[in-house]
Amino acid sequence: MLHGYGSSILDGAWLTLNLALLAMALAISLGLVGAACRLSPVKWLATLGEVYATVVRGIPDLVLILLVFYGGQDLVNRLALALGYEQYIDINPFIAGVCTMGFIFGAYLSETFRGAFMAIPRGQAEAGAAYGMSGLQVFWRISVPQMVRLAIPGFTNNWLVLTKSTALISVIGLQDMMFKAKNAADATHQPFTFFLAVAALYLLMTSLSLLLLRGVEKRYSVGCRTADL
Amino acid sequence: MMLDYSLIWQNLPLYLDGILLTLKVLLISLACGLALAVPLALMRVSRACLLRYPAWLYTYVIRGTPMLVQLFLIYYGLAQFEAVRGSVLWPYLSSATFCTCLAFAINTSAYSAELLAGSLRATPRGEIEAARAMGMSRLTLYRRILLPSALRRALPQYSNEVLMMLQTTSLASIVTLVDITGAAKTFNARYYLPFEAFITAGLIYLVLTFMLVRLFKLAERRWLAYLAPRKH
Repeated sequence: MLHGYGSSILDGAWLTLNLALLAMALAISLGLVGAACRLSPVKWLATLGEVYATVVRGIPDLVLILLVFYGGQDLVNRLALALGYEQYIDINPFIAGVCTMGFIFGAYLSETFRGAFMAIPRGQAEAGAAYGMSGLQVFWRISVPQMVRLAIPGFTNNWLVLTKSTALISVIGLQDMMFKAKNAADATHQPFTFFLAVAALYLLMTSLSLLLLRGVEKRYSVGCRTADL
Repeated sequence: MMLDYSLIWQNLPLYLDGILLTLKVLLISLACGLALAVPLALMRVSRACLLRYPAWLYTYVIRGTPMLVQLFLIYYGLAQFEAVRGSVLWPYLSSATFCTCLAFAINTSAYSAELLAGSLRATPRGEIEAARAMGMSRLTLYRRILLPSALRRALPQYSNEVLMMLQTTSLASIVTLVDITGAAKTFNARYYLPFEAFITAGLIYLVLTFMLVRLFKLAERRWLAYLAPRKH
């Protein structure tokens, strides 16, 4: 049915998955740093975090991807030239993709983490301190386990959006499943078939993630009463 | 590094046309999307399985696949079929603007339907009971009570959806349209000044975002005033 392009598209799907996972890892670290900045009592750190979250969330992913890819290319080569390196350097679209996606979704996750942290009642941290825990102990033993539970719905949402946004990286030449499907479509003149196959693969990815993360949410919500409506 | 903005000023008409196209695509797809979303949301909350499950499947599939794939399926994909190429609709379906608006409208209709359905389900019981006690029929109940109230309460989430759609319109540049992102791409191709080109585009999107946020704040003050916290 796919004229022998099936395995090539599956290779692309594997690349897409890797890209999404690595970008998510970067986004989680940036999101935690961003949330810490925004919650910090130090004024300029809070402002910095706020600017990061607002600016990145107000600009389309595609514009940032193109900016990082073309702009980064320009910058790297100018820098290399200044350092006396004469050869032209090509930016790897995979690395550019991971960095850009991580940077974008770090801003979205900083909002999720900040909300989760603020939803934990203050009294709990105070009770921890009253038991003689240090600030770090309160953070790891009291705040983090609850933050995970409170952040999962927002995290799930961001993960799904990120997975779908990876399709955009094909625009800067990453050979992910979107790119492979476009090639196959051009070669066989059957674009509908191939893009439908890619749509099905994405749907599979998002559906499996949804099931998995629902399980995680249940695991972390053990011992938490829900309101009966 | 210095940014050279004199060339941007010279190419201002390029960006201005881009802004107009972005706004045009945004407005058309939002209007069509919302018109589709209302019946879809009603199907989604219906008790009849035959109405509920098709609507669920539609929103699930659309929300589970990337916008870019949907756009390519419509713009490149439909041409695969002889029947489509021979149909009366072909002049429309071979136009990039039409296909983009169609794909965006379908996409936003799924997201809007979900949030409208959520808003419909959250209608206070008392409002429905009061309407029944007044002797309203089902149709009147929907027309006078459920829909106006749900549409209003969905306004804050809908503003989010509109902002997401503004960002999504940048995908139009991938299928050859010269919107804001397309203008930046053209500018970059002409002068090879990537920073100037894409930072300008980013700033324009930021300004449009802030303006839309402001607009929705005003709309909320107008239509959601009765839900605002009391000041006295």
